Amino acid sequence: MTTEVSSETEVKEKAEESAAQLDQPEKATEETQEEVITEGEEKEKEEKEKEKEEKEKEGKEGKGISKFLPTWLKKPKSQAQEAPPSEEAISAGQQEGEGPVPEVNGHTEEVEEKETVKSEQVKETEAESHSNASADTEPAKEESAEKSPERSQETKEEQVEEKEGKEGGLRGGGGGVEGQTSIFQSPLRLVRKAKMKLVVCQVALLDGTDFTCEVEKRAKGQYLFFKVCEHLNLLEKDYFGLTYKDNHEQKCWLDPMKEIKRQIRSNNWQFSFNVKFYPPDPSLLSEDITRYLLCLQLREDVATGRLPCSFVTHALLGSYTLQAEFGDYDPDQPRPLDYINQLNIAPSQNREMEEKIFELHKSHRGMTPAQADTQFLENAKKLSMYGVDLHPAKDSEGVDLMLGVCANGLLVYKDRLRINRFAWPKILKISYKRNNFYIKIRPGETEQFESTVGFKLQNHRSAKKLWKVCVENHSFYRLNAPEPPTKARFLTLGSKFRYSGRTQAQTRLASSLIDRPSPTFERTSSKRISRSVDGAPMISITDVERDTAENGREHRLDLHSDSKSFGASEVAPPQDHDKTQDEVLKHQASVSQLKRSFMEAPPASPPQSNQWEKRLTSSPATAVRFQQQQVINAPSAEAAAADCTSSDTKEPTKTADVEIEETIVVQEVSKATQPALVTVAVDSPAIPPAKQETREQEVKVQEEAVVPKEAATAKQESVSSESESEDEAEYHPNVSASTHMPEVKEEEEEEDKVEEDKMADENMSAPVVASLPVEITKAAEDVCKKEEESKREEGQGGVKRNAEKEMEVGRESEESTEEPMMTPEEVPNGVALAEDAVIGLVGHAEKQEPKMNGETLLVEPRPQVICCSEPPVVKTEMVTISDTFAAQKTEIATKEVPIVHTETKTITYEAAQLDGNGDGEPGVLMTAQTITSESLCTTTTTHITKTLKGGLSETRIEKRIVITGDCDIDHDQALAQAIKEAKEQHPDMSVTRVVVHKETELAEEED
Amino acid sequence: MASRIADFGRYTHAIVRGIPASLAKEALRSCPSEVDVVQARREHEKYQEILRTTFGLEVVELPADESLPDCVFVEDAAVVCGDTALITRPGAESRRGETKAMKEALEALNMNVVEMTDENATLDGGDVLFTGQEFFVGLSKRTNQRGAEILADVFKDYAVSTVPVQQGLHLKSFCSMGGPGLILVGSSEPAQKALKIMQQMSDHRYDKLVVPDDLAANCIYVNLPDKGHMLLHSTAEMFPESLKVLEQLKDYTLIAASNKEKTKVDGALTCCSVLINKKANISRFITPCTMWTR
Repeated sequence: MTTEVSSETEVKEKAEESAAQLDQPEKATEETQEEVITEGEEKEKEEKEKEKEEKEKEGKEGKGISKFLPTWLKKPKSQAQEAPPSEEAISAGQQEGEGPVPEVNGHTEEVEEKETVKSEQVKETEAESHSNASADTEPAKEESAEKSPERSQETKEEQVEEKEGKEGGLRGGGGGVEGQTSIFQSPLRLVRKAKMKLVVCQVALLDGTDFTCEVEKRAKGQYLFFKVCEHLNLLEKDYFGLTYKDNHEQKCWLDPMKEIKRQIRSNNWQFSFNVKFYPPDPSLLSEDITRYLLCLQLREDVATGRLPCSFVTHALLGSYTLQAEFGDYDPDQPRPLDYINQLNIAPSQNREMEEKIFELHKSHRGMTPAQADTQFLENAKKLSMYGVDLHPAKDSEGVDLMLGVCANGLLVYKDRLRINRFAWPKILKISYKRNNFYIKIRPGETEQFESTVGFKLQNHRSAKKLWKVCVENHSFYRLNAPEPPTKARFLTLGSKFRYSGRTQAQTRLASSLIDRPSPTFERTSSKRISRSVDGAPMISITDVERDTAENGREHRLDLHSDSKSFGASEVAPPQDHDKTQDEVLKHQASVSQLKRSFMEAPPASPPQSNQWEKRLTSSPATAVRFQQQQVINAPSAEAAAADCTSSDTKEPTKTADVEIEETIVVQEVSKATQPALVTVAVDSPAIPPAKQETREQEVKVQEEAVVPKEAATAKQESVSSESESEDEAEYHPNVSASTHMPEVKEEEEEEDKVEEDKMADENMSAPVVASLPVEITKAAEDVCKKEEESKREEGQGGVKRNAEKEMEVGRESEESTEEPMMTPEEVPNGVALAEDAVIGLVGHAEKQEPKMNGETLLVEPRPQVICCSEPPVVKTEMVTISDTFAAQKTEIATKEVPIVHTETKTITYEAAQLDGNGDGEPGVLMTAQTITSESLCTTTTTHITKTLKGGLSETRIEKRIVITGDCDIDHDQALAQAIKEAKEQHPDMSVTRVVVHKETELAEEED
Repeated sequence: MASRIADFGRYTHAIVRGIPASLAKEALRSCPSEVDVVQARREHEKYQEILRTTFGLEVVELPADESLPDCVFVEDAAVVCGDTALITRPGAESRRGETKAMKEALEALNMNVVEMTDENATLDGGDVLFTGQEFFVGLSKRTNQRGAEILADVFKDYAVSTVPVQQGLHLKSFCSMGGPGLILVGSSEPAQKALKIMQQMSDHRYDKLVVPDDLAANCIYVNLPDKGHMLLHSTAEMFPESLKVLEQLKDYTLIAASNKEKTKVDGALTCCSVLINKKANISRFITPCTMWTR
């Protein structure tokens, strides 16, 4: 850390200098830009030769930007700015050398900078570095103090964000993303517009208190949300969200990815903090504080009647509440009914119930508050309406219904009766149009056609709201472990409304890695009861701490020391560390641990985590990146698997942003879906540790290469967004999602504008930020090459098959025209396929060789494969296994003989892409996850592609699973397992193709 | 769910009722038949004996009422779950009087008794299948939507789903619970359809055991702490093929009860008793405190 800090300071100074120079012009002229560049170059010169070279390269690029410009930047002004900022950032990063952190900042800034003036950029950089420093060390505040108030504000925010980011980062991609955005944008904006106003937000917390904080007027929802979570000391925040009331007094979820101001549409900055996704099994939550908050929500739900329960259950839940809040039943305690009344346990609370509550309370003697909470939740979760979000609707005949959205699907109630239920796997598509809400149902075993069920909502707004809730719930609960992140993002991008957070699976994984002493927290009782209760020890939780809430989080933090531990249940003894430092460090540690777990698996590259980590990390890697550009070809080939390797980095945030962009791209590019193919590719190369480094480099290279592509995508995106506006949206739950989108009529226009702005911003940033996504994409692409090819094939083949398909193809081509993106430029980058490539380090030369090299066997040639416009080698490699075949998988695996050439595939892929712009959807890598076990490393990369063609939608999920081990691996078993898991994760899909590559390292590297 | 499942099939009390002589002629039936009241009473005796001795339940026997020919089928008069009892409003007008005695008996047992007073509502207990985790209510000739709604309102903790009953008198005329998470169901098409619907409507997963004869799917499952799974089923004489299927159940003690006469008036095994778990009243939800206090 120390080193980092110092380096940061340096950076700052430099930045300041540059800032001073550049500050004046509002818009950066080219000249100024050049200056900047030169500076950067000079600095670079100081650096090692390699770096020089690289920088020069960069510089060239920058100067030569003109060629890129059109692609990169949609908006002219941003173009000019673009090149310089990136260079600056780069140079700064290089200068620092080991201090990757600054780089990271630089990157982020760059992105945002595009919009802003150079000078501003510089400032920002400064600010960012400050923020970093501050996050790590307290002194940062001083610095901020020196600077203008705005700046200090920034820094503070940044700090917060950073913390958040770290915390979130640990958990997973989603959090990271959020963190990113908030970090970058809000601060940047502040800088930009000094006049930016701060707004006071009031957030009603679950314990009945209000949390007040200031937020920049243009802040996004997540910024506020993170602030609240920080105030609550909540790590498992993915289950929660903020709500606001719209103009019609309807409660709406605040979209974390959008500006608050755009959402609330009134000047009423009041929110409440609520549970958004009720965990089906609260016992799986990691922390007591999370359970406590869930309890508070449920108490409210029960008391308001939103969660109906019987008399007995009311009483039982109430008794647990008493136990949690007041400890053991104390017969001597005066006026017990007083506090029971305060607890507001049931909508109709009467004497009889109170008696019952006390009776039950007595039986809980000895339970700690945490245990009582657990019991409360164990009972509450069984209630049939637990976690069901009801929306009034009518059926086609005008009969009043309630539609309930929950973890398992969509429930239809008539009065209290459940009259129908559509489990998520049964739902092919969710859409709304005006005030109609539709779900398309998968045909049953005996049915031939899918059916669509329509409901009428009160108005267009409520239809949209319901749709959103469905999208989010599906994403959160259904998208499973390895894939969820991807899908989630995917969804998010598609329409304006997509779930942007982590899925439950991710969140669980993340929380399993939470590594902090369970935080002490005060319970509501302390707030409510002012009189001291001497009797019960539990009660010792006093009001004293009440005040804290008002004071703000810091208070909270202090509380640690003061507050008592409630019971045995609170396992970890409360430690009083100042949150500021120790906690942050711990968080970081835990985060890094998390990352490690993700990354450790050597072979596979979970695109997201790896990439961002690398970027973010303050490891030497950054420098490497640049260098790599030159090298591109060689490393790229190897790069594929590498992604996972890097592990230390702490800033997930950036990644997140990147992802978002990706998503957008995906959406636009890909549309509908139909049958889903799950391709399971199992590679089992033994990857030597040595390779890891290479991989990183490779990865980076890929990133850069990608950039142009992204920019292009961004363009597309923006375009698409414009066209989007309609009153309808679709969501294909099973796949990931394709969407068309737009939403509310009136609002739409505004939203669109906003979105465009955003897009513009994003585009601007795209070159830098985008690179990350690109990487991901590429990795995915690698994986997907086959997919795409197959798609193409399908497309072509499809034509023959049926008219519909033809239609699709036609559409695709049309679309393709719209999407200039997929250009040759990409190709080179794309070449580096990850995992396979890794194996095949040897083979650049072979790239062009036909795929025949692959060892894969064609087990069952699929009909799809039959017609290929492009003969891409890939086919040969594929082993196709039909569903039924699964049983035999083992045998298949056995047949294969380990062969080294993976590279071939890569090549193929690229070719496919180039040609296939029209047909093939660009692969998007949604999720990558690496799980490492002792002797065996498995990396799963999931690629989801949705294509909408002429009304037919097709969703493919391609999973690449790389199993690496230094010891012998039971390949058959691994393959069987992989297929099994794939099936489990997508019960609604069928495994259509399995490609197996076995690669055994040549003796050289191994052993 | 675990606690609920663990308690599934645990009972302490049973309410039964005598067979009036009027059963022979006046009891409702779906197809004409001659009932031997004496034989029916003998069967009923045997049935009660099993509840009492084999299952160890405290049996409350209500006296037969000649004016209520169907009164032996007490199940239709009340739905009991936990400590709450819903006094139904039977779909057949001639049976509405049956609820009075039932209500008194349940109140005497200190149950939390709720009456269905809505005149638009009808509900026969035979249409109510409680799985331990949720209710399915058959919409039949005897039970309507409103009746189901009221049931849902009374048992708020549970999901209540409706299932159209296309054939047979009641939902439980072709199905019943054969254990925690196990649905016994007849093989007829309507029965299978109903099962499909139930499966679709449920968030929970159930195993199914299909028996060839619909009526044979109506069994009484009891879980005794000392004896484990017990299943009271119709005799082999009545449904030999179905018994063979039931015999596949592992670790089950199968107990046969002749129900021949009562089936002539559409009476199945479950129809003749209301089973109650007094101990479960609240403890259903409570995990033993001992686990915390140690």
